Amino acid sequence: MKGVEMEDQMYEIEETMPLNPVESFLRMDRMPHIWCPSCGIGTTVNCFGRALETSGLDMDKVAIVSGIGCTGRVAGYLNLDSFHTTHGRPIPFATGLKLANPELKVVVYSGDGDLFAIGGNHFIHAARRNLDMTVICVNNFIYGMTGGQVAPTTPISATATTAPHGNFEQPFNLPYLAESCGAVYVARWTAYHVRYLTKAIKEALAKKGFSFIEVLAPCPTLYSRRNKLGDGLDQMVFYKEHSEIQHNIDTKTATLDFQGKIIVGKFVDKERPDYLTLMNEHYQKKFGDKYTPYKG
Amino acid sequence: MTTTAEKKAQGNVVITVERCKGCGFCVEFCPTHALKLSDQYNSKGYHPPVLISKDLCNGCDMCGLLCPDFSIYGFRIKKNK
Repeated sequence: MKGVEMEDQMYEIEETMPLNPVESFLRMDRMPHIWCPSCGIGTTVNCFGRALETSGLDMDKVAIVSGIGCTGRVAGYLNLDSFHTTHGRPIPFATGLKLANPELKVVVYSGDGDLFAIGGNHFIHAARRNLDMTVICVNNFIYGMTGGQVAPTTPISATATTAPHGNFEQPFNLPYLAESCGAVYVARWTAYHVRYLTKAIKEALAKKGFSFIEVLAPCPTLYSRRNKLGDGLDQMVFYKEHSEIQHNIDTKTATLDFQGKIIVGKFVDKERPDYLTLMNEHYQKKFGDKYTPYKG
Repeated sequence: MTTTAEKKAQGNVVITVERCKGCGFCVEFCPTHALKLSDQYNSKGYHPPVLISKDLCNGCDMCGLLCPDFSIYGFRIKKNK
C-alpha cells in the first residue's frame, strides 16, 4: 500500500516538475559552454539569471555587453540583446548604447583583465560620469583565456605564466577604485556566496547610476593549478572558510592578499544624480525653455 | 512517519546528466548533504551527482544556484494536504 502511495506521489512530481529557472535566460542551443570544469563563471551567470528572473525587468529592455576573455563569453550565452565587443571596450560600447537609448537597462559583464587592464580608463570615466549602468566584474586574478599572464588584480607573490617567481606588482583594490571614482553601488562577493550575489545583482539592477559588483571566481586551470591551490572546489571551500562579511566598511581596507582573508559585502550604496539627469538639468538652467530635455 | 518528518519541507532535484562537468559544487555545499557523485560516467567522462535519498532533499535549490553548468536544480514539492 505504501509503495503505491509513493508511486502516486512520484507521478505527481513528474507532472508538476518546474523548468530550470535560468534556462529561459540562456541560449540553450549553445550549451554546454566552454568554461572549464569547476570554473566559477557559470555560477555567477546562474546568479545573474536568478536576479533577472526576480527583478521584474522587461527582458526586451535589457542589454548585455561583454569584452574579451573567458567572462567575455557571457554575452554569447545569455538570451538577451547582447554584444561581444573588442578587448577592453565593453564600457564605451555600453555608454553609446545607453545614451542612444536611455530606456535600456545596460549591463556590462566582463573579467578583471578586460575591465581593468585594457579597459581601465573607460571604467574610471564611466564611474566618474555616473552613467546609468551595472558593471559585473568576474575577478579570477589572472588572464585565463590567453594563458595565465599577470593581471592587474593578481595578488602579490602569486605565480603566473609571466611571473614564474611570483608577482611583485601591487594589485588593484577594485571596490576602492570604483568608490573613489564615484560609483553609487559597490559590492564584492565570491562565487560561493550565491544568495548574497543574487540579491546584490538585483539591487544593482534597480539602482540608478553606476553600480559595480566584483565577484571572485575560481580559475582551476590556470590560477589554482599554477599556484598549487587544488581545483575550483578547493577554492570554493577556501572562499567559504576565509571570507568575512563586513557591510559598509571603508573600501580602502578591503584589500586582497594571496590566500588571505577575503572581505566581502555591500560597501557603498549612495545616491548621486546620473549623467543624463545632470546634463538635462545643466542645459535647462543655461537655456531655459529653449532646451528640450534629451530622452533618447 | 513522525510528525517532524511531515513538517519538514520535501524537495527533489532534476539533473541533466550530459551537461554536468563533475565539479562537485552541489555535493560539497548541499545544506542537507543529500547528493553524492555517481559511480557512473556521462558521455564526456565526468561523474554526475545523484540524490542519495529523496527524504534528505528539502528543495532549497542551493545546488541549482551553484551549478556552473546549469545541469541541476532543486524544487520544493507542494503538499496537497
